[in-house]
Amino acid sequence: MCSILRRAQQTPLRSPRCSPSTDDDLWRDRSSNARPLALSGHVGFDSLPDQLVNKSTSQGFCFNILCIGETGIGKSTLMDTLFNTNFENFESSHFEPKVKLRAQTYDLQESNVRLKLTVVNTVGFGDQMNKQQSYQHIVDYIDTQFESYLQEELKIKRSLHNYHDSRIHACLYFIAPSGHSLKSLDLVTMKKLDSKVNIIPVIAKADTISKSELHKFKIKIMSELVSNGVQIYQFPIDDETVAKINTAMNGHLPFAVVGSTEEVSIGNKMVKARQYPWGVVQVENENHCDFVKLREMLICVNMEDLREQTHTRHYELYRRCKLEEMGFRDTDPDCKPVSLQQTYEEKRQEFVGELQRREEEMRQTFVQRVKEKEAELKDAERELQGKFEQLKRMHAEEKSKLEEKRRSLEEDMSVFSKRRAASELLQAQAFNTSSNNKKDKDRKK
Amino acid sequence: MEEREVEERVVEIEHPLPCLSESDTQGIIKGRDLFGYVGIEAVLDQMRRKTMKAGFEFNIMVVGQSGLGKSTLVNTLFKSKVSRKSCTPNYEEKISKTVHLQSVSHVIEEKGVKMKLTVIDTPGFGDQINNENCWEPIVKYVNEQYEKYLKEELNVNRKRRIPDTRVHCCVYFLPATGHWLRPIDVEFMRRLGKIVSIVPVIAKADTLTLEERLEFKQRIRQDLQANGIRVYPQKEYDEDAEDRILNDKIRENIPFAVVGTDKEHQVNGNKVLGRKTKWGIIEVENVAHCEFAHLRDLLIRSHLQDLKDVTHNIHYEAYRVKRLNESNANGLALSPLILENGTLEKSDRKPILTDVCRTVTGQAYGCM
Repeated sequence: MCSILRRAQQTPLRSPRCSPSTDDDLWRDRSSNARPLALSGHVGFDSLPDQLVNKSTSQGFCFNILCIGETGIGKSTLMDTLFNTNFENFESSHFEPKVKLRAQTYDLQESNVRLKLTVVNTVGFGDQMNKQQSYQHIVDYIDTQFESYLQEELKIKRSLHNYHDSRIHACLYFIAPSGHSLKSLDLVTMKKLDSKVNIIPVIAKADTISKSELHKFKIKIMSELVSNGVQIYQFPIDDETVAKINTAMNGHLPFAVVGSTEEVSIGNKMVKARQYPWGVVQVENENHCDFVKLREMLICVNMEDLREQTHTRHYELYRRCKLEEMGFRDTDPDCKPVSLQQTYEEKRQEFVGELQRREEEMRQTFVQRVKEKEAELKDAERELQGKFEQLKRMHAEEKSKLEEKRRSLEEDMSVFSKRRAASELLQAQAFNTSSNNKKDKDRKK
Repeated sequence: MEEREVEERVVEIEHPLPCLSESDTQGIIKGRDLFGYVGIEAVLDQMRRKTMKAGFEFNIMVVGQSGLGKSTLVNTLFKSKVSRKSCTPNYEEKISKTVHLQSVSHVIEEKGVKMKLTVIDTPGFGDQINNENCWEPIVKYVNEQYEKYLKEELNVNRKRRIPDTRVHCCVYFLPATGHWLRPIDVEFMRRLGKIVSIVPVIAKADTLTLEERLEFKQRIRQDLQANGIRVYPQKEYDEDAEDRILNDKIRENIPFAVVGTDKEHQVNGNKVLGRKTKWGIIEVENVAHCEFAHLRDLLIRSHLQDLKDVTHNIHYEAYRVKRLNESNANGLALSPLILENGTLEKSDRKPILTDVCRTVTGQAYGCM
C-alpha cells in the first residue's frame, strides 16, 4: 500500500491562451507551491548555468537562416559579410521557371563555440511572370522542416538531443530599395510567413537611397506592415539586460544594409566597403548603413531568443494544427480532459464501424450483382429453350411432310409395281398364247 | 553537388557537401577562416541569461532506513532546512507501518540562480519486519512522475515548459556495518538502478576507521559489480574521453562515506560544521575526515546538470519507449505513430503525417 502526500496542490492545467509568456511568469508559475528559503552558506549550485553552457558548447549550436529576396538583390553577399567568410555561392540566372530553395550547411567555429549554420536561399524568387505561387514553395519548405521534427518527436525510439534541427530560426526578407513602398509580392509573402517563422525585414542595397529618402521609406514600410497585419519579429524587451538595446533597435527596423566582401583601405586600416567614384561606402560604419546593428541583433544579442521563439511558438502552433487536423484533441465535447489514448480508442472504434459498414455495402453490391447476373442468365436460358422448341417443331413438321411424301411415294410405288406385275402377267399370258398357237400350228402341219 | 527532388511539385533542395580547401575535416570553417569578428560566442551569454531567468528544478530522493541521518544530510548539502522533518512542526518520530513518500519543495537562490528543490523522503522504507516489496511504492512513484511528464508531452496544447517532477537523483543510504551489502540493498538498487540514477552513500561514516572504510567500499563495489547494479555515473553514458577520466575517478570512490550535521563548532579559530564528540570534532567539510565534500561537489557543483540530462535523455526515454510499445500492443496507442521500432532511415520517413493515419488504420485493422 502506498500513498503519496504532497504539501501543496498541483498547479492546474491552464489553456494556452493564458499560458505565461515571459520567463518570470514561468518561474512564478512553477514555484508557486514552494516556499522560498534562505541559505546559510555557500552551496555551489550557482555553477549550474555554467554546467549547462558547457554541455551545450560541447554539443554545438545550430542556427538556420532563410533568405528571401529577388535574384541579384545581394542575399549571398550579405551572408558572406555577416559571417565574415566565403560561402560557396554562384550567381543564379533570372530564367528559373519556378522558385527553388537552395540550402547549404556549414560548420563554423569561433574560439570554442561551434555553430552549425544552414543558409537557405531562394532561387528565382520574383522572376516569374506569374508570381502567384511563389510563396507556396517557401511555405512548403518551412512546413517540411517542422514536419520532420514532429516526426522525430513522435517516434517511439527517438534521439532528440542528437537531432540536427533544420527548422528555420530566422527569415531575412530582402526588400528592394525602390524608395516608395513594399511590393505586393512582398506583402503577400510576408503575410503568409509571419505565423511560421521569425521575419526580419531588411532593405537591401541601401547605398542607393539617400538618408532622408531612407527615413521616409522605413516609415512607409512599417506602416504598411502594420496596416496589413504582418507580424514581424520583435526583439524581446522583457529581459532587463538587453531591454534597452532591443527597444532602440526595434525602432530602427527594417535595417538598411549593404553587403561587401571586398576590402578597401581607409586611412591605415582595411575595411569592408564598396568603392564608388564618388566615395566609399563602409559596411561597418554605423553612419553609412545598419549592417552592424543587424549583426548585433541577429547574432550577438538574440540568436538564442530566435531559436526559442521558433521552438516554443511557431513549432508548437504547427504541431497543434497538425494534430488537430488528424483529429486529436485534449478535451471531448463535454470539456473533460481526454487523453490521447481515449481519442485514439474512439478513432479506432469509428474506423472499425466504418470498415464494417463498407463491408456490408460491398456485400450488398455483390449480392445485387449476382442477382442481376442470374436474371440475365435465366433470360438467355429461356431464349435458348424457345429457339430449341421452335427448331424441334420445324423439324417435326419437316419430318411429317417427308413421311407423307414417302407414303405417297410408296403408294405410287405399290401401284406401279401392281401395274407392272399385271402387265407382266399379261405379257406372259400373251406370250404363252402365242407360243401355244405356234405349237398348234406346228402340230397341225 | 547532389540534387534531391523532395517532392515532384516544386521545392528542390540541394545539399552539397561543402568542400573547403584548408580544413582538417570536411566542411568545418575554423576560426582562422573567419576573416574577422562575427560574435557567435555571444550566444553562450545569451543562453546563460535565459536559463538564469527561467530558473532550475531539481528533485532528489533520499532512501534508507530511519535513523541513518537522511534528513540531516540533505540539510547539510543544501545548507538550509530543506528536509521534511525540519518543515513539519510537532514532528514525531514514529515508525510508520507502510512506506509513505512525502515530498517538500523549496525555492533557493544563490548569486542570481534560482532553483526549485524538491526533496522526496521515504519514511518507512526497510523499517518493517517483513520488508518484501518495500521498493514497490518507490518504483511506482518514479514511474508515475515519468507518466505525468509523458502525458503532458503528448498533449496537443502543451505548456511552454513542462513542469519537471521526475526524480533526478536517488541517494541511497547504506548503514556503516563494514561487512557487505544486505539483501534489501541489493534488491532495491537492482530494481531502481534501471529507472533512476542512484548514488549510494555510507551513512554515519564516523563509526568506521579509514582502513575499515576503504575495505567496506571495496567490498561494496565488488558486490555491486557482481549483482550487475549500475549506479551513477554509469560507464555507458560517458560522452567523451574527458568525461570518462573524470567519471572514472568518481567511480573509484563511490560509495561516498558521509557524515551530516547542522551544528557549527570552533576549530582553530574557524567556525566549521562538525560533530562534537568526546574524542574530537569530526569536520564535515574536511576531506580528511569524511567524503561529504566530494558528494556535494558531485551532486551539485559538477554533475547536477548531468544528472538531469541522464534522467531526461536516458531514463525517461526508456520509460517512454516501453510505455508506447506497451500501449501499441494493447491496441490503444498513445502515439499517432505506430512503429514498433522507430529506427527508420531518413529516406524511409514518410514526409506527411497523414500517411501515418493510413498506417495506423491499417494496423488497427490488423488488430481486429
